[in-house]
Amino acid sequence: MSKRINAIDLNVYYGDFLAVEGVNIDIEPRSVTAFIGPSGCGKTTFLRTLNRMHEVLPGARVEGQLLLDDDNIYDTAVDPVTVRSMVGMVFQRPNPFPTMSIRDNVLAGYKLNGTRLSRSQSDQVVEEALKGANLWNEVKDRLDKPGSGLSGGQQQRLCIARTIAVKPDVILMDEPCSALDPISTLAIEDLINELKDTYTVVIVTHNMQQAARVSEKTAFFNIAGTGKPGKLIEYDETTKIFSNPSKKDTENYVSGRFG
Amino acid sequence: MAHANETTSPPSAGPAAPSGPVRKKTLRQSDRRGVFGDKLFSGLAMAAGIAILVLLAFVALFLSSSSGRALYSEDEGLIVGQFLQYAMPLVGGTIIASIIALGLAAPVAIGVALFISHFAPPRASRSIGYVIDLLAAIPSVVYGAWGMSFLAPAMVPVYRWLHENLGWFPLFAGNPSGTGRTILTAGIVLAVMILPIITSVSREIFIQTPKLHEEAALALGATRWEMIKMAVFPFARAGIISGIMLGLGRALGETMAVALVLSGGALTASLISTGNQTIPAEIALNFPEAGPGSERQAQLIAIGLVLFIITLVVNMIARWIVSRNKEFSGAN
Amino acid sequence: MSTPTQETTTPPPPKAQNSLTQGTLPRWTWAAMLAGSVAVAAALAAALGAAFGAESFLMPLWVVLVPVIYLPAMLILQWVRINKRKAIDGFWKNLVYLAFLIALLPLVSVIWSVVSVGLPGLLAPGFLASDMSGITGRIDQETMETGGDVLGGIRHAIIGSLVITLAATVISVPIGLLTSIYLVEYSRGSWLSRAITFFVDVMTGIPSIVAGLFAAAATAWFISTASSLGLMAARPYTMGLTAAIALSVLMIPVVVRTTEEMLRVVPNELREASYALGVRKWRTILKVVIPTAISGIASGVTLSIARVIGETAPILVTAGFVVNANWNLVSGWMATLPVYIYRQFQNPIAPAATEPSEQRAWAAALVLIIIVMLLNLAARIIAQVFAPKKTGR
Repeated sequence: MSKRINAIDLNVYYGDFLAVEGVNIDIEPRSVTAFIGPSGCGKTTFLRTLNRMHEVLPGARVEGQLLLDDDNIYDTAVDPVTVRSMVGMVFQRPNPFPTMSIRDNVLAGYKLNGTRLSRSQSDQVVEEALKGANLWNEVKDRLDKPGSGLSGGQQQRLCIARTIAVKPDVILMDEPCSALDPISTLAIEDLINELKDTYTVVIVTHNMQQAARVSEKTAFFNIAGTGKPGKLIEYDETTKIFSNPSKKDTENYVSGRFG
Repeated sequence: MAHANETTSPPSAGPAAPSGPVRKKTLRQSDRRGVFGDKLFSGLAMAAGIAILVLLAFVALFLSSSSGRALYSEDEGLIVGQFLQYAMPLVGGTIIASIIALGLAAPVAIGVALFISHFAPPRASRSIGYVIDLLAAIPSVVYGAWGMSFLAPAMVPVYRWLHENLGWFPLFAGNPSGTGRTILTAGIVLAVMILPIITSVSREIFIQTPKLHEEAALALGATRWEMIKMAVFPFARAGIISGIMLGLGRALGETMAVALVLSGGALTASLISTGNQTIPAEIALNFPEAGPGSERQAQLIAIGLVLFIITLVVNMIARWIVSRNKEFSGAN
Repeated sequence: MSTPTQETTTPPPPKAQNSLTQGTLPRWTWAAMLAGSVAVAAALAAALGAAFGAESFLMPLWVVLVPVIYLPAMLILQWVRINKRKAIDGFWKNLVYLAFLIALLPLVSVIWSVVSVGLPGLLAPGFLASDMSGITGRIDQETMETGGDVLGGIRHAIIGSLVITLAATVISVPIGLLTSIYLVEYSRGSWLSRAITFFVDVMTGIPSIVAGLFAAAATAWFISTASSLGLMAARPYTMGLTAAIALSVLMIPVVVRTTEEMLRVVPNELREASYALGVRKWRTILKVVIPTAISGIASGVTLSIARVIGETAPILVTAGFVVNANWNLVSGWMATLPVYIYRQFQNPIAPAATEPSEQRAWAAALVLIIIVMLLNLAARIIAQVFAPKKTGR
């Protein structure tokens, strides 16, 4: 189920602007990896290249290789849609489909693609995905109600359920808790801990305590100044990054002495 | 879709992995039907856009080719002068009617928009706005019927009085119409018709005035009118102008109201006697009688083209004014 | 104001005059002033009427004179008693209220005249169920003389309006919808999209009569070309389809504009959520973007239908006019409600006895207004019913 991610000399451009430069990173399967760094350092941009979501923006392109196990997802023969069905994504703000019920939101990956499921199959998918997202007990009695009626934290877990329902190999999370209150954040963090038994999880976060709590490895991105490309400064065990980083920049950032 | 073939459930790999239908997990496999669907759909969308361009090109092409006979006859060669002699009075009449309509409607419409946005009680303003929108939807033929049957007779004594007391003034010279169906009546009807258009555009933009600017003005001790002058009008200037231009375009092209109200004739400066004719009314009154392919029909299509060009120029000017004012309006 | 000291428990006696109310006039000032203006205006109107021979419209003159007296009088009073700024503020406030009243006047008059004159005709037996075939000048003349019910009806015109408008909708909505999808989802600001946006703007400004001329000229050309190539028999271009094409020219830009606006407000997050699930773009558009925007799109389309169903001029030059029902879009003339109204006024059935024709025309106008209002109402209901549900707890 879970796959290794390996970036080799990856550059990301928006038009002529080099946004992220020369990233080399090796992300283990069945692990949680956190990307930290100041705003605008390219961590979200890099995250979005992992499932080719950045291509949605006009003029965005990538140089270098990004291997999922051993296949380069930027190979010319590869369809970005196939990549995205293998690498799921959870966004900064919860975004359930407002026109769909809770149940349909979980099944969205199938329904939107026109895949037909029998009633029993879809019931099974909904139940397992919602259980996997720790949401089943809260919503099992109102599966036919609109997803937008849930609280923010529940909506975000619904989005995670929607993502795991299509059984990806990798789950990317782009600051999944930044719009949530502390209690909902805790629920999501617990969930991330469970997800790593099955999936490769990559999470972008602004919150260093969160990175320390949930991740096994941490990558620190930084930017030399406005208009300069973002770079991967240091990538190591989370405990090492936060206690004894090898780079001065990283130490300044994690100790709060930054800018 | 290609995924659908495989629907058996493999043993679940962990607590968070639901079993059930599973997708094929080979990166290089791409479903051809899906890719084809994408191409087909984007192609269709682009084709629809191009169809609109083609349609407009057809409009220009057919109007100009069908109006050829109005400018060139086999016996006399180029007859541009003759056509201009025919067209100029109509252009004049169209412009007179539109100016009357705009002069009457614009100030009132802006007043009504201000009333809705800044003066009326908040609860009433919503429904008043809705009523104004409904009035914009009343078909023009109804306004025409109203102008012909109610407004025109009511204006007869006023025209007679104007003639008797202000007859020395060229606009009120001439024999006052006995039916009241004059260019001034037509202009008033047009004013009533374009009022809701100018109102709803101006109201939209008045409502969008940043509350912060308004409150800043009020906090400085400005009266309501001073606040409107300081905060609302500078913000809304481009919007008001584009609303007025939209109304002007409607007035220029409005057919039925004028065709019903005005008993037309030669171009004259007098607003209170019969006379003057507008391009759209001229076409509507004469086109059904003109034989297909005749020179008369060509002539009517040609003035239709002239009308099209006039409204086009008006719209261009409006857009130019709006784009020029944008940087000062604070709307961005 | 009381000073916050411990000793003074009793509030100070109220001042005779609150200092903040200085420089205001009593509340009833405006009412008194208005009553005075009305009286003065009445006297002035009578005097002017006698002096200049305007007896025939004393009432309107009186009504006009009231604000002419009231506005300056209030201005002067406030200027003298309060200050210049307050006076100017009040003056403009009064002007704005006046503008509103002026606007109401003709609008109320239009509605009132249509309802009051149109209702008897609408209630005449068989008005909605019969057409105009067999109604001659003699019949109308007899109706006038004997005072019986006005015969004839608008069944054919209602059918024509519905058929032509439906055809125009069928042509316009797919083109308009797909074009706006191209503009919002695919174009990415290319020169083609800029050209389309520009020319859609141009199209919005096409006068309706010009659209009719275009449809007439274009259809005539296609028919003559096709018949000279032997593809079809020559036939007149006047038919329902030509009218539908003319209305489409007017409708397409409205549909493109409203749909584009609605698609642009669909949050990008939803598109990204769908892409991230491995859903293709066309499916994302069809199943996520359009359902989210459908309420706005549907109400926009309904409003554009309401707009074109009242068009007269383009139909006058493209579909001709008939007295009986014709369901066939591609053969024969068709009547629509607006054209019916226009013809009844302009060419009464009995030139010597126009009342029956006028009664039919007003009744048809009432029906047309009711249809347009219902469409507007439908647009609002659609917008509310289909809007994405926000609550669900």
